[in-house]
Amino acid sequence: MLRSDTGKLSLILLMTPFVLWIVLLILLPQLGITFVSLREKIGPRQYEFGFGNYIAFIQEPIYWNTLLRTAWMSILVTVMSLLVGFPIAFYIAKIAQRRSRAGLFLLCLIPLWVSDLVRAFGWIVLLRETGLISGALQYVGLVNGPVEMLYNDVTVVIGLVYTVVLFMIVPLVSTLDGMDNSMLEAGYNLGGSRLTVFRRIIVPYAMPGIVSGCIIVFMLTAGSYLTPILLGGKNSMWFTEQIYDQFITRYNWEAGATFGVLLLGFTSMVIWLGLKLTGQNLASTVAKD
Amino acid sequence: MFDLECENLVKRFGPFTAVDGVSLEIPSGSFFSILGPSGCGKTTLMRMIAGFENPNSGDIRLKGKSVVTTPPNKRNVKMVFQHLALFPMMNVGENIAYGLRCRGENKADITAKVASVLERISMPGVQEKQISQLSGGQKQRIAIARCMVLNPDVLLLDEPLGALDLKLREHMKIELKQLQSQFDTTFLYITHDQSEALVMSDNVAVMNGGRFEQIGAPETLYHAPKTAFVAGFVGDSNRWSGTVSSIAGDLAKVTVGNGLEMVASIGGARPQTGGEVEVFVRPEAMQLLAKGAATAMAAMNTLDGVVDSLLFNGAASRVLVRTQAGLLIEVVHRMDAGQVRVNPGDAVTVGWAHGAGLCFRVGG
Amino acid sequence: MNVAAPQSALLRTVYVLYVVCFFAYLAAPLVAAGMFAFNDSTVPSLPWRGFTLGWFFGDTDPVIGMFHDRRLLRGLTNSLYIGVIVSALSVAAGTCNAFLFERRQFPFKNALYILMIIPLVIPGVILGISILVFASMVANNADRAFGLDLSALRPGTFLVVLGQFSFLTTITSLVIQARLKKFDVSLEEAALNLGASRLKVLATVTMPYLMPALFSAFVVAFLVSFENFNTTLMLVGSDAPLTITMYDRMVKVGSTPVLNAVSFFLMVGSGLLALLSVVVQRDRPSD
Repeated sequence: MLRSDTGKLSLILLMTPFVLWIVLLILLPQLGITFVSLREKIGPRQYEFGFGNYIAFIQEPIYWNTLLRTAWMSILVTVMSLLVGFPIAFYIAKIAQRRSRAGLFLLCLIPLWVSDLVRAFGWIVLLRETGLISGALQYVGLVNGPVEMLYNDVTVVIGLVYTVVLFMIVPLVSTLDGMDNSMLEAGYNLGGSRLTVFRRIIVPYAMPGIVSGCIIVFMLTAGSYLTPILLGGKNSMWFTEQIYDQFITRYNWEAGATFGVLLLGFTSMVIWLGLKLTGQNLASTVAKD
Repeated sequence: MFDLECENLVKRFGPFTAVDGVSLEIPSGSFFSILGPSGCGKTTLMRMIAGFENPNSGDIRLKGKSVVTTPPNKRNVKMVFQHLALFPMMNVGENIAYGLRCRGENKADITAKVASVLERISMPGVQEKQISQLSGGQKQRIAIARCMVLNPDVLLLDEPLGALDLKLREHMKIELKQLQSQFDTTFLYITHDQSEALVMSDNVAVMNGGRFEQIGAPETLYHAPKTAFVAGFVGDSNRWSGTVSSIAGDLAKVTVGNGLEMVASIGGARPQTGGEVEVFVRPEAMQLLAKGAATAMAAMNTLDGVVDSLLFNGAASRVLVRTQAGLLIEVVHRMDAGQVRVNPGDAVTVGWAHGAGLCFRVGG
Repeated sequence: MNVAAPQSALLRTVYVLYVVCFFAYLAAPLVAAGMFAFNDSTVPSLPWRGFTLGWFFGDTDPVIGMFHDRRLLRGLTNSLYIGVIVSALSVAAGTCNAFLFERRQFPFKNALYILMIIPLVIPGVILGISILVFASMVANNADRAFGLDLSALRPGTFLVVLGQFSFLTTITSLVIQARLKKFDVSLEEAALNLGASRLKVLATVTMPYLMPALFSAFVVAFLVSFENFNTTLMLVGSDAPLTITMYDRMVKVGSTPVLNAVSFFLMVGSGLLALLSVVVQRDRPSD
């Protein structure tokens, strides 16, 4: 029939941008770096297929140490963001008055749109030897000379949490916002203590938001570049730095692609594990907001 | 001449048959309702008439012309949607003018027609209002005006009163009926609410499981249902299952529950002796008799019992009687209108004429 | 009584204090970055030497304000240019995707939907290098096989647009789809029933309804494109956008107050844009 033909035609038309986008910009490029990562350079313009790049990665402790360090710092940052962000999200969604709620949420959103670079720059201005905090401490008399607070792991974690915590708060607020207070009332009414209500009602209800926030935060942290480099300095040992280094400084695309595939494989695995453990899926969490 | 005819319409969704061989004919200028529980296929039927679904087989004719292959925006049936579907991004005037603009009529005509239709629904001068400023009943009327301004052959209404509160719904029933006679257009009304269908319609089709059970005037459906489904769905009934112990002419003697016997007239297909039947008796066909007063009155069923509770509801007040066998019977009994006073616990006899009950064979 | 709030006064106070501290933590680096834009000194640090607008408008060495700094201005223009193009493209593609997944049925829909979300969970670095590698492979092969010089596929503005488009489209699709999901399809049916053609329904009913979402998707895409660093760094050619120019300056020259001025300008600009999109989304009398 005529109508089903036009239906098919419009489906194809709607599908075209999607297919072009996913195939040309996502799938083929990923295959591309996988391909390059399996290519060993044995001479100028001479290549050979094999796992040589991966073997080189395993044989060089500094590489996989960097990956492990990036991994555990990312997990640490994710957990800290959840711990720091959850009370804030709960406050905004459930405790604040109607009117201040929108304001607080906006306050949360505005830094979200400020570039990482500006935020990292702000931390530098605050924390370096000649920075505001050092100056304030000297003024008050707590320390005698200038203090350098940049270039250590604590600062990197504080800076990373700062960069990503809003991505935790936003999905949490939108999930908690949907929770009816009468559910909490019912929980208390049926004899629940604060702890049981929190554990049995609030956390399960917020789970999609928690998982979604954790996925985004973890991915952003593991893939971040500016914050660890600028706040951690030369010795920050961040894996993305290795990738940029191979690509830009050493022009060794094969090694860089290998690192890229490893980073992607690693983050995908952690995200997949997180989804499996919590019984969620990508569409129900990340796509919710 | 019929405004709308459907012939053997069938619509399947995968293995599920939503509409199963439905035929209907609606004479010009009448108010026709399709009454059925949710999921009976009435909405699918209406969507086929409007052109939003294609039937698998069968034909739909508007004023005698088949429209099965006509796209929905070319059919001259207009529809009032369940939630009205007034366009929130346009004001009242633009909503009403929408269809006229689509037809490409000129500006002056449109303005005049919009003003005149608003006049007819007694809401003159509201063109500039936003939809959100209107009350529920006003939105209802605007939705009808938006269709009527296009002079449709048939106006379809898909449970438009469902979202209104009870008081307004009662009011709108009367108003809809008046609008229909005022516009003198054929209305096809879909509802699961039997009182809406009975009050407003010239004819009602009772639909169940994708088929029409019975088409008829409201009184006919109420007093002479042809199937057990219609008897149960239209109006309130006491309903019992039992077996036929004997048949005499149009009357069957039925044993219900723990050996209670009653006589009822046979509706629909004739049951066999010993066959399973369902018996329906309307509460208003029954009366409370003083205990023992009317023993063995001719052509009357009587049951002894005890008043269980009084259900006061103004003109629709009832008494709930529990028989010795444990059956609960609803009887219309208006103590405020002079009938004898009873209290819970009083022993009473419930009586009704043999012909007042109807029995239907189980399984068609 | 709000059952969600802590019941004891002490706990409540502690809670509020915590929230206040958190917002102070949020604000601190932004305030620090912003305030030194107005300090009349050549280094962004204490002591405070008086108020100046020189880091915005100054034109004499050593105080060359951002509006007289050629390279920063060029970076800003590049960022605006890239941002507008990539946002327009991703909003267009996102609209198609929203209709595709919200309205159509087709095989493997769920799997394809997951594919649509995936760019959001791929680290930006990897999007950057993979598009760089793939584009070079295509360009090299075209050169070798046909002698074609596809200079667009070498690092430069075109690749930056592609790289940002690759993940922005997911964001715009989700934003637009969320609004389309709330759309009552019977509005379209009503318009059709009143005699409108499909195109007219789209133009008069569906699109006006989607407009706020299209606008905020555009703003979000623009802001994210503007501040993007990770993906862009890999794909950038000679026309660097502002964030890259700033980073260069920071690494090569060290921090100078002109960077504070740019930071301040960016904060105010993106803050206003974000606010605008919120207002547009909220300013609907009936939904």
